[in-house]
Amino acid sequence: MAEEVLRLEKVCKVYNQGEPSETEVLHDVDLRLEKGEFLALMGPSGSGKSTLLNIVGLLDRPTSGRMTIKGEETDLLDDTEITRLRGHTIGFVFQDHHLISAFTALENVMMPLLLDRGFPSPAIRQRALDLMTRVGLEKVANNMATNMSGGQQQRVAIARALAMNPDLILADEPTGNLDSKSADSVFDLMREVNRESHTSFLIVTHNLDLAKRCDRIIDLVDGRIAG
Amino acid sequence: MNRVLPFEWVAAVRFLREGHMQTMFIITGIAIGVGVIVFMSALLTGLQANFLKRVLTSQAQIQLLPPDQVARPLRFGPGVIESASIQRPSQRVVSIDQWPKIRDRMLAMPEVTGVSPTMSGSALAVRGDANRAISVSGVEPVTYFRIVRIPDYIVSGEARLSSTDILIGTELAKDLGATLGDKLNIQAASGASVVLTITGLFDLGNKGANERNTYVALRTAQSLLGNVGGVSTIEITVNDIYAAEVLAQQIQAANRVQADSWIKTNAQFFTAVQAQQTSNTLIRAFVGLSVAFGIAAVLVVSVIQRSKDIGILRAMGASRGQILRIFLIQGGLLGFAGSLVGAALGAGGLVYWHSMVLQADGTELFPLILERQLFVTTAVLATLTGLLAAMAPALRAAQLDPVVAIRG
Repeated sequence: MAEEVLRLEKVCKVYNQGEPSETEVLHDVDLRLEKGEFLALMGPSGSGKSTLLNIVGLLDRPTSGRMTIKGEETDLLDDTEITRLRGHTIGFVFQDHHLISAFTALENVMMPLLLDRGFPSPAIRQRALDLMTRVGLEKVANNMATNMSGGQQQRVAIARALAMNPDLILADEPTGNLDSKSADSVFDLMREVNRESHTSFLIVTHNLDLAKRCDRIIDLVDGRIAG
Repeated sequence: MNRVLPFEWVAAVRFLREGHMQTMFIITGIAIGVGVIVFMSALLTGLQANFLKRVLTSQAQIQLLPPDQVARPLRFGPGVIESASIQRPSQRVVSIDQWPKIRDRMLAMPEVTGVSPTMSGSALAVRGDANRAISVSGVEPVTYFRIVRIPDYIVSGEARLSSTDILIGTELAKDLGATLGDKLNIQAASGASVVLTITGLFDLGNKGANERNTYVALRTAQSLLGNVGGVSTIEITVNDIYAAEVLAQQIQAANRVQADSWIKTNAQFFTAVQAQQTSNTLIRAFVGLSVAFGIAAVLVVSVIQRSKDIGILRAMGASRGQILRIFLIQGGLLGFAGSLVGAALGAGGLVYWHSMVLQADGTELFPLILERQLFVTTAVLATLTGLLAAMAPALRAAQLDPVVAIRG
């Protein structure tokens, strides 16, 4: 049986609980993701995709339900342990790349490792350089993060997400802001990484063509998994 | 990326460099504040040192005198007073009772750095037709000149005092038409007289003192003033000049002497010094406060501008502690950089001011004192101020919810 990376059981998320403006965004969501799986998460705006992604990414906590990441139950972890688990097992790719503009592309890729180890080292630099080569950007590695095209920036973001060799990469509309050519190449890159390193992907997308190229599609409608 | 610095330092420096406009403005602000502090402190230290030097090198810090002579009512028998009206007695020149013992006791005190017994009294200096009333101080040159630096004030001749020598002021020399090597006839009120050779002329910077003060050997003064073996004062220097008054009171309580400290005899001067120090401290505190608020304001804005970056860093595994440190370091760095520029500004201003503002005779108004300690203290304080000021914005950054922060 394949190794389980993520499991959600009856996860609910309620905002402003107990107040007149109380909104239940996720209802009893069950989800299982195995190692090496490439999953598309689809759904209309406001269906709870981003909330689900934030909860899975340990940026937000569920109101009720159980979540395990690599067998570790996340409700029982305190803030420090959550930060550590997030840093070591999860990589993020955001819609508008979110590179830190004060650093070069290479330094952005080094950043998760730097945050983990504390000090720069030749090994960290080499790892980042390898990743830049992996995403085909070794020539512009020392450009400032903002001094690149949208597609390039998103590739850097993918390299950054891979820095800690995570088990799971969460991508929130990674191709949403790219032209179709760049979108294709960024998607292909993620698929390649997935195949080569067996990293699991959970990708939020509105693009049905891309979603169809994933292993599985999950539809989220009004906070419930529809299919 | 720097290989030695921890990531937080690199990030702090990069963030400051990226927001270079803000960084430059706040560093300029801090520098002006620090410059004012450095300038004012050094100026006041210089002026104070100058005053203190003038006051303390021409007098002892504590003077021990024989207690005032007090007349008692004449009593007929127990409880019966014969004459109740008491006239205040004239104060003769008397010796301090058992002065060698008191001197030894003073020398044994750890706070005391120098002790010198002297014999002083009035006399008449006669040369030919001219005569002038003078004050004769009989001193032991070795110990006395360590307390009152007569050798520093000698303008011609030397500060040598054998039993037939006398040092006189420049004004007295002019009045008597005397110069080095001339002989003066010194006559005491009792009629005793002695002929002494002028070995040195001094200028104490005060016309009255230059007219009246003269210095002779202790033994010469003792025999001239009819008090062989006695001393009228014991001059004392102490290591902490500001503790002189307290020490003087202790000495007076423990010995049969009257002890006057320089603080008591120069009360007005001392009040002025204290007022200066107080106002200097106040100004420093307020400048420090405004610098702190400036740093805090800039960092608060920076936290808002960088909230997205903070969220991303958190998503990538940055702990709250790391985020806190990135912003604290920025505060510290701003304070430190500002203090360096400010110290240079302050010192530059001081050197300029020092060279421009002179006394009427062209000499410097105050000595230029630029202590390394002032710069080190200022840099440390400015850095600490920066750290403290950064506390609130840094905590705010560390508390940011990554989800909200990333959304911007």
